[in-house]
Amino acid sequence: MKFSWITIVTLTLLAAIIGAGCTTEQSQPEKKTDLTVFAAASLTGALTDMAKEYETSHPGVHIVTNFDGSQALRTQIEQGADADLFLSANTKQLYALRDQGLMENRSIGLFAKNKLVVITPASNPGNISTLADLARPGVRLVIGTKDVPVGDYSRQILKKMANDTAYGPSYQTSVLGNVMSEETTVTAVVAKVWIGEADAGIVYESDITPDNRDKFVIITIPETFNVIAEYPAGIVMNSGNKDEAAGFIAYLKSDQGRPILARHGFAVP
Amino acid sequence: MTGKGDLRGRKNLALTIGAGVLITLLMVFIITPILGLFFRITPEQFLASLTDPMVWNALVLSLITAGISTLVIILVGTPVAWINARHRYPGREIVDTLIDLPLVLPPTVAGLALLMAFGRMGLIGGFFYNFGISIAFTTIAVIIAQIFVSVPFYIRQARASFEQLDTMYENAARSLGSTPLPTFFTIILPLVKAGLIGGAIMSFARALGEFGATIMFAGNFQGRTQTMPLAIYTAMQGDLYASITLSVILIIISFLVIAIVKFRLRGYMQR
Repeated sequence: MKFSWITIVTLTLLAAIIGAGCTTEQSQPEKKTDLTVFAAASLTGALTDMAKEYETSHPGVHIVTNFDGSQALRTQIEQGADADLFLSANTKQLYALRDQGLMENRSIGLFAKNKLVVITPASNPGNISTLADLARPGVRLVIGTKDVPVGDYSRQILKKMANDTAYGPSYQTSVLGNVMSEETTVTAVVAKVWIGEADAGIVYESDITPDNRDKFVIITIPETFNVIAEYPAGIVMNSGNKDEAAGFIAYLKSDQGRPILARHGFAVP
Repeated sequence: MTGKGDLRGRKNLALTIGAGVLITLLMVFIITPILGLFFRITPEQFLASLTDPMVWNALVLSLITAGISTLVIILVGTPVAWINARHRYPGREIVDTLIDLPLVLPPTVAGLALLMAFGRMGLIGGFFYNFGISIAFTTIAVIIAQIFVSVPFYIRQARASFEQLDTMYENAARSLGSTPLPTFFTIILPLVKAGLIGGAIMSFARALGEFGATIMFAGNFQGRTQTMPLAIYTAMQGDLYASITLSVILIIISFLVIAIVKFRLRGYMQR
């Protein structure tokens, strides 16, 4: 029988690896502290500015940002992503981590609020001027998935409107029937409206900045139907930089951090 | 002594061990992630997720769209591959290069490019939109994206199969009075069948796995444009089991594809 030595060596090593199993060991020597912040996509502009300013005032800290839908960040942290801080666009995603013991309970607190608006491209190809227009057949609407906070909030608003006699349950059904795509981040919703492929999108007020203001027509959602998006921050349980992380949370709520959030369209508590 | 002998013999022990280590590492690298998926879900959870409408819709949509894409690719790609294999014409090199372009183009670039072409503000899409026809963000867009990224797989394979075929067959048929079209269908096609099927299966697999171009050009909507890869991405952020279930299904399909291409077709080819 022909027996290749390659086969023997391969099988032996495979057996050894399987037998030994996996032991994980981590040691990361660090000189300058990298503070990794997982943040909701809607915070992209504000946090980028804050990180820049914070690094200037704290030369020992380098801030690494990871922007995505809060639900995606939550999954990443659940799967062991190396994050120090989590800034979520709703309490649901952050509290889900807290309930699994993955967050430092005492560090959790709200630092910003937001509201939702309807936007259309400046050219307004769908000819939309009121919320009622969103239910018109053929309107191309883009919203978030049910898991991304902006999509969750959008559905809450539609539910509120369904319960109001002025709109009714058929409004909610018609609007959801006009959805042409569900995006996993609010930034993707904004982009689809920006390039004019969607007639309208439901996004945060803070997504409209002085820089992009002229690209959109904004339709406000009345207080009675609108929801207040609450942004909590918290330190991730496995963080190796809890002191630095606490420092950054304090900064978010400080007189230095708050004006930057406000400038980006957030309400600060 | 030949190279093969060196490896099998005892003399070159270091080389043997080195080869073994390398192969082991590569196997572990490929097998571990796949096992990781299977270990994270119990058969009960898998079966429960199968009834999830999101999983079901994505599976049906993926199979239908990838099937249509493959069909279109075969219908268009076969004549193109044949012409480029047998006929010289000015610009043939350019055509070949363009056909290969989607292979090296990042799918997100393909998606954005398709949007700029077929979106309603796009070059062609704008024209159609005037007649009330939308292409982007529809099931048609899913199929267009799949065709765009997977057409090279078929045409490359089909062209190679045609080129390997000795011209004596068609010459013989032609000298006996057969006209070009019947010759192609009755003589040539049966001879290259295995190669064409192999290429079609590779295209189908690529279409089934298409993600980047689809999510950018067709959007993400359950039952309409949310194919399996998009559903995996979306569900991973909400219902992890649905995500794993779809991944397991895709792995099984991928295995079948490799098995068919490697074992079934080898029999055909060696005849």
